[in-house]
Amino acid sequence: MQTPPGAALPPADDRAGYGRAGSGVTGAGIRPVVALQNVTRRFPGVLASDAVSLGFLPGEVHVLLGENGAGKSTLVAMLSGLQQPDAGQILIDGAAVSLAAPRDALRLGIGTVFQHSMLVPSLSVVDNFTLGGPWWQRPDRKALAARIQAAAAGPGLRVDPFASVASLSLGERQQAEILRALMRGSRCLILDEATAMLTPQEAGALGALMRRLAATGLAVVFITHKLQEALAFGDRITVLRGGRNVGMIAPDVLQARSGAENTAHIVSLMFGEDSRRPDPLSHDLPRPAPPQKGPALLKVAGLSTAGGPQPLRDISFTLHAGEIFGIAGIDGNGQKALAEALAGQIPSTGTLHLGGAEINGGVAARRRAGLSYVTDDRLGEGIVAGFPVATNLVLKEIGQPPFWRRGLVQSATIAAAARALVQAFDIRTPDVTTPAGRLSGGNIQKVLLARELTGQAQVVIFAKPTYGLDLQNITAIRARIREAAGHGKAVLLISTDLDELLELSDRIAVIERGRLSPPYPNDDTARAAITRLISGATGGADV
Amino acid sequence: MLSETFLITLFLGAVMAGMPLLLAGLGEQLSERAGVLNIGLEGMMLAGAWAGFVAAWASGSAGLGFLAGAGAGLVVAAFMALFCVIMALNQIVVGIALVLAVQGLTALLHFVQFSQSYPRLDGMQAWAVPGLSQIPLLGPMLFSHNPVVWLGLALTAAMAFLYRQTNLGIALQAAGDRPAALDALGGNVTRLRVLTVLTTGALAGLGGAFMSVAVAGVFVPFMSHGNGFIAIVLAMLARGRPLWVLGGAFLFGASLSMTTALQVVGVNVPVDVIQMLPFAMVMLVLVLAGRKANLPAALGESFERGAR
Amino acid sequence: MSERFRTGAGRELAIQALFLIGPLLAVLILGGLILLALGANPFSYYAFVVERGMLRPSGLEATLTRMGPLLLIASGLIIAFRAGVWNLGGDGQFLLAAVMAAALAPLLHQAGWPVWLLLMAGLLTGAITGAAWAVLPALLRARQGLNEIITTLMMSFLGVSLANLLVKLAFLDPTTTTPQTRTLPVEARLPRLFDTTISSGLLIGLVVVILVHLMMTRTAFGLRLRVVGANPRAALHAGLAVPALTIAVFALSAGLVGLAGAVDVLGIQGNIRADWNPAYSLSVVPLVFLARLNGYGTIVYVFLFSALSIGAESAARRLGVPGYFSLVIVALMLITFALSDHFQKRRQRLSQI
Repeated sequence: MQTPPGAALPPADDRAGYGRAGSGVTGAGIRPVVALQNVTRRFPGVLASDAVSLGFLPGEVHVLLGENGAGKSTLVAMLSGLQQPDAGQILIDGAAVSLAAPRDALRLGIGTVFQHSMLVPSLSVVDNFTLGGPWWQRPDRKALAARIQAAAAGPGLRVDPFASVASLSLGERQQAEILRALMRGSRCLILDEATAMLTPQEAGALGALMRRLAATGLAVVFITHKLQEALAFGDRITVLRGGRNVGMIAPDVLQARSGAENTAHIVSLMFGEDSRRPDPLSHDLPRPAPPQKGPALLKVAGLSTAGGPQPLRDISFTLHAGEIFGIAGIDGNGQKALAEALAGQIPSTGTLHLGGAEINGGVAARRRAGLSYVTDDRLGEGIVAGFPVATNLVLKEIGQPPFWRRGLVQSATIAAAARALVQAFDIRTPDVTTPAGRLSGGNIQKVLLARELTGQAQVVIFAKPTYGLDLQNITAIRARIREAAGHGKAVLLISTDLDELLELSDRIAVIERGRLSPPYPNDDTARAAITRLISGATGGADV
Repeated sequence: MLSETFLITLFLGAVMAGMPLLLAGLGEQLSERAGVLNIGLEGMMLAGAWAGFVAAWASGSAGLGFLAGAGAGLVVAAFMALFCVIMALNQIVVGIALVLAVQGLTALLHFVQFSQSYPRLDGMQAWAVPGLSQIPLLGPMLFSHNPVVWLGLALTAAMAFLYRQTNLGIALQAAGDRPAALDALGGNVTRLRVLTVLTTGALAGLGGAFMSVAVAGVFVPFMSHGNGFIAIVLAMLARGRPLWVLGGAFLFGASLSMTTALQVVGVNVPVDVIQMLPFAMVMLVLVLAGRKANLPAALGESFERGAR
Repeated sequence: MSERFRTGAGRELAIQALFLIGPLLAVLILGGLILLALGANPFSYYAFVVERGMLRPSGLEATLTRMGPLLLIASGLIIAFRAGVWNLGGDGQFLLAAVMAAALAPLLHQAGWPVWLLLMAGLLTGAITGAAWAVLPALLRARQGLNEIITTLMMSFLGVSLANLLVKLAFLDPTTTTPQTRTLPVEARLPRLFDTTISSGLLIGLVVVILVHLMMTRTAFGLRLRVVGANPRAALHAGLAVPALTIAVFALSAGLVGLAGAVDVLGIQGNIRADWNPAYSLSVVPLVFLARLNGYGTIVYVFLFSALSIGAESAARRLGVPGYFSLVIVALMLITFALSDHFQKRRQRLSQI
């Protein structure tokens, strides 16, 4: 599997080489390992699961596909015993069961690999495998390690039992977690957004692994919001929208139709037949106009940092007014350090010229000079969750006129400015006094955009600006980014989503272990070139 | 000055003064490993000191005193567990409240029973290892101690074994570092944390009882005098290593027992200077090794299933 | 939400009142049970405390006088807690500052300084001493990220012992046999208010606590501190100088606690006896929490606590219930209010439909 998930994948024939155990079992005669019957789960204000019925057959990769907020995580939580349905039943081998706690799910053979690693980083792999064992026992680490290696050989997993989890990559951690679930006798393996943090190769390898596991008779449940992955890896696809099961595509249907037909069908299920919004999943959007070579606005030369998980090494580039400059790469290769060093949040060496004048100093000075930064860690550092939206909108202007005069807060001025921004950026909030933490992720992101795009900003750094947002907000945020560049601002777009970069950028460079590649113009060959660069970076992780 | 009497007095004094710190420190280390910062430790020690004294005084048995002390510490810890682990109230606020409550209550209870007098207990018998304790110098230093001292040493070894060699030890570390992982694998984070807090309380209470019953032979209001907080620092610095708690407790014990040892050889040092020593030592250690006083990732955070 | 609120407004108000009064009632009942166990009549005890602490003029004057230093300590704690700094070392800061002020003021008086200048010098000495005693925890927290709960507590124990040592060795009054510092004559102390015995320390306390409240809520500096307290990473992201602000918080907080020590000595005590340690700070911690770090609320709680402790001190002499009882009451209040807060939040979460 060398095909990155972003590419248009031919769904059917590509899978010919993998186990087809699932292909023949289109319902008749085979009982699902795990089934949901009219499962309903309510949260304050939300119907997260609305009478969902589903069945997971042995030998199949069953994809649960849906946007953020479609109810996928709630289903996972109920299947793994973290939450309980308000109504409806969960059946295992046809019998209704109660999954009151995670241990019940494990005992009954449902193993879940969560999106966020459930390994204890300070323990070794083998110790993580003993977790949950009888407390009085002395773990026989040697024997267990041998069993781990034996068990890993079958599905072709690579796990070093004595490595410390903290030293493993995200992909390696995931393999360890899958193996752990298998060794606990899981018959139904749930992979929750398993490809979200992986490189294209790792994602492809995971897809192949899922198919191998299904071939052994396991019921594999793959939860994702990426349509291409669903088509590439799944035997059966169930689409969720607004907490409901809005349609299931059986294996025979899936195989009988062309990729385009399947895509069209699924898109209509995911977004509703009547949805008129531009289809963000197609890559035939008009490319942004070729860079109109505005004046060079930001010149970075020899930028390096020390310390941190991934220091920067000698990064140089130039940003022109009106340009969107994309930075691609797998997460953890220095993206965060780059954004923070530019914004002045962490110390760095090298020079930075904005509009001809050298800028240095801290965040405040750089911001005054016209450089602003939209962080990807919205809740962690972007906002103060308990403070009102209005305060968060002026969080980087504390003490500045007109919002503060002689050190005293001008509440009316702030409120008025905040209301104007709420209007202009379409921030959905009951009031400007509402604590910012109560807003949805998309609206919090809009608060950040409003804060960073107004005022004297000439250069704007975006870090993963649409990560974790739903489609509507993704579209809105991308429009804002284009608009900023259209107004003559220079945009640095750091993203791990290659499609996003290809859609928005004029030029793209790849960051890899703290170094930046030369930029590529975003033309027809860009996807292949960038993919090759990213792939080279990981040294080809194969399984 | 480094005479045999001085050394023996200092060493035995260090063991006696260090033992409450060792017991409370081992307990605190246990709950910190599971992710609970036990600011109320001082209160648990003080409760143990009071209950231990009263029981020993009433029954004439030091053993019953120790038991009662452990029980009293356990009771205070039960409140800590209920409020902080189960109901997830702020651990610092509850910790302070418990310290204040125990300070007030023990002082009141002592007043009710003894008014302004402070009766003394008879001295306790050391348990000497037959034969070995007859060796000159080393004999009395190493092989003739209160039974609780032997218990403390055994506990240190047991804790070290528990952390490294049992599934429980691994589960404890998970509860402190990534509680959600333990929960997802069928462990019960809340139950584990409640148990560690209760154990901490019992150990701190035993330490307190050792103070009043074995060391001082008398109960005085507020007598734990910051020992609980020193034990917290010990546990923080030692992180997962029980032997370090042992070493630290002995060092602090030595600085506490310095007055007596010096007086024995005729040097007079103001008691305030001596009282300052352990705290000054803690600050010195923190200045030198501050960065290394790492704590578990989820320390002080309550666990709620599904909340990230 | 607003719809619900309008229809159930009466019921809602009743529930809010319950959350406010319930804990107080629970404390009185629990305290009463303890009093019963001590062999005292709860009703007469409470009545006595109210009468001595609030109603009788001399009691009320004593209560108001005690409020001065307590309000200053509370102001210091409000700044620290709002900025996310757990300054639990108030007792050491207070006592050392008091001792330094007590040592300096009589000397200046002998040297013939005018009273106002002497008082200014004394207050300033207190504030600086308090702040100085927080330098080490401040640096450790700002530079090394070391938890200040532990360091301030350690410095507090150190400070109390050092203060005692200073009284006994360095600042001993040679004219008396009791180990204490030289006594500041009454005419050189902080003036009394009008014809009462209330020290003007009360005014200083009230002014400072209100200023602190306004600073935290109305000024850019206060907001910066609150951002650091609420989300230090957001503070870094927004370009705030977090280490410098942290050090400023320690200095301000400990400085105000030190000022409290000076006000206590210059206005009330006049000298310091060896081994004197009122241990105000740890009792004020709960008060500012109960007031939810609000300056005005703090005034109310400090008044109640002062009345309680003055009343309880009289009760110790007259009814034989030791003053330690007020410690128990404060602890009970803290726990019951924390519980009420917990249930209130849970209720709000459940009703957010």
